[in-house]
Amino acid sequence: MENEPSHAPDHDTAHHVNKHVKGYLMVGGLLLFCTALTVFLSYVNFGTQKANIVVAMALATFKAGCVAAIFMHLKSEKWTIYRFLLITAIFATGLFLLTALAFHDPIRLNF
Amino acid sequence: MEIPYTVSARPDTGLYNAKIGIWLFLASEVMLFGGLFSAYVFLRIGAQPGYWPHGLLNVPVGTFNTAVLIASSVTVVLAWASLKMRQFAQYKIWMGITILCGLLFLIVKLTYEWPAKFHHFGVFIKKEALAKYEPYLGNNYLEAKGLPERVEITGDVEDEAALKDDTAKTYVFKAIDAVNAEPINPESDRPTFLPRPLVEKKVVIDKADVDYASMFYPRHSAYFSAYFLITGLHGLHVLGGLIVFTYFWLPVGANLYKRNPEHLANRIEVAGLFWHFVDLVWIFVFPLFYLL
Repeated sequence: MENEPSHAPDHDTAHHVNKHVKGYLMVGGLLLFCTALTVFLSYVNFGTQKANIVVAMALATFKAGCVAAIFMHLKSEKWTIYRFLLITAIFATGLFLLTALAFHDPIRLNF
Repeated sequence: MEIPYTVSARPDTGLYNAKIGIWLFLASEVMLFGGLFSAYVFLRIGAQPGYWPHGLLNVPVGTFNTAVLIASSVTVVLAWASLKMRQFAQYKIWMGITILCGLLFLIVKLTYEWPAKFHHFGVFIKKEALAKYEPYLGNNYLEAKGLPERVEITGDVEDEAALKDDTAKTYVFKAIDAVNAEPINPESDRPTFLPRPLVEKKVVIDKADVDYASMFYPRHSAYFSAYFLITGLHGLHVLGGLIVFTYFWLPVGANLYKRNPEHLANRIEVAGLFWHFVDLVWIFVFPLFYLL
């Protein structure tokens, strides 16, 4: 039957989850460290503002990746979800490409 | 009638239905925030030199709020893990801490960060009058160092009510930001981590020399309109998450747990996925608006 209540924890599941708790705390610590690192590096002069933006966005992408992979369980998820996200990624990339196109100069043929 | 597959997985997808639902919703959220972030990129690239402000937000406060949100992401996943291990008392504690973290984030934003901006004033000086205000802008010094020029003077006005007086010929500051008080101090070249205190100094600006003047409202600049829109929408998401968490923290959660603990665990997992997404958005908001 669907949705049958189970009041006792499934032993394997409980063990599995318990094993992950330490990992969640470590990822939380890593994210806090990366936040401090982002703030620190934003005051380091990398030569150009562009370089500082690249460094900060690389760190932010790494942090977002940690949140998605570990906290949101995307590290081991079903294919249905990956398919949703793949399509979303394609559309989101298209959206940002539109922004880039706005700065395209058709006369000099460059961005 | 019982809703199917709220606990057990649907055989074809391998997932309980709410998980499919939340991921579809989050996909639409990616496009919503993606649109706003791409607007941010568009506005920022298009901004004239000196018209994209730096260092106007309080970085220590922003860092604190980021840490609070990250901590709440950890506690919500621990609340879910407690339910999977059938430790309801633990769940209540972790979820309680998550709610407190979310509240703290909103309180800091709404009672400190935003109101402080609403009382800060800025005047953009016309190109032809920039030289007249050189003691507050330091553009000769900036040019020699190859830094972008300054076009704005910011600080606290003497009398906010006087701003409504259209017959007044001047704007009068009672204190100005350190960057304008000491424009050729190398400390003013780049924003600092700790906000520098305002300098008590009466500065009078002729309205005829001003291109545009405003409190730090959304209308102040493309920067502040993007800041208030994105942080405001993000704040609404935090509020939405808090309402759901509080609902499941109240006896509703205990009753559901008694009926079917796995059902509550799944609901918390789904609400948690939303919360992590809200955290994920902030991870990009923080450096883009506070640091860069």
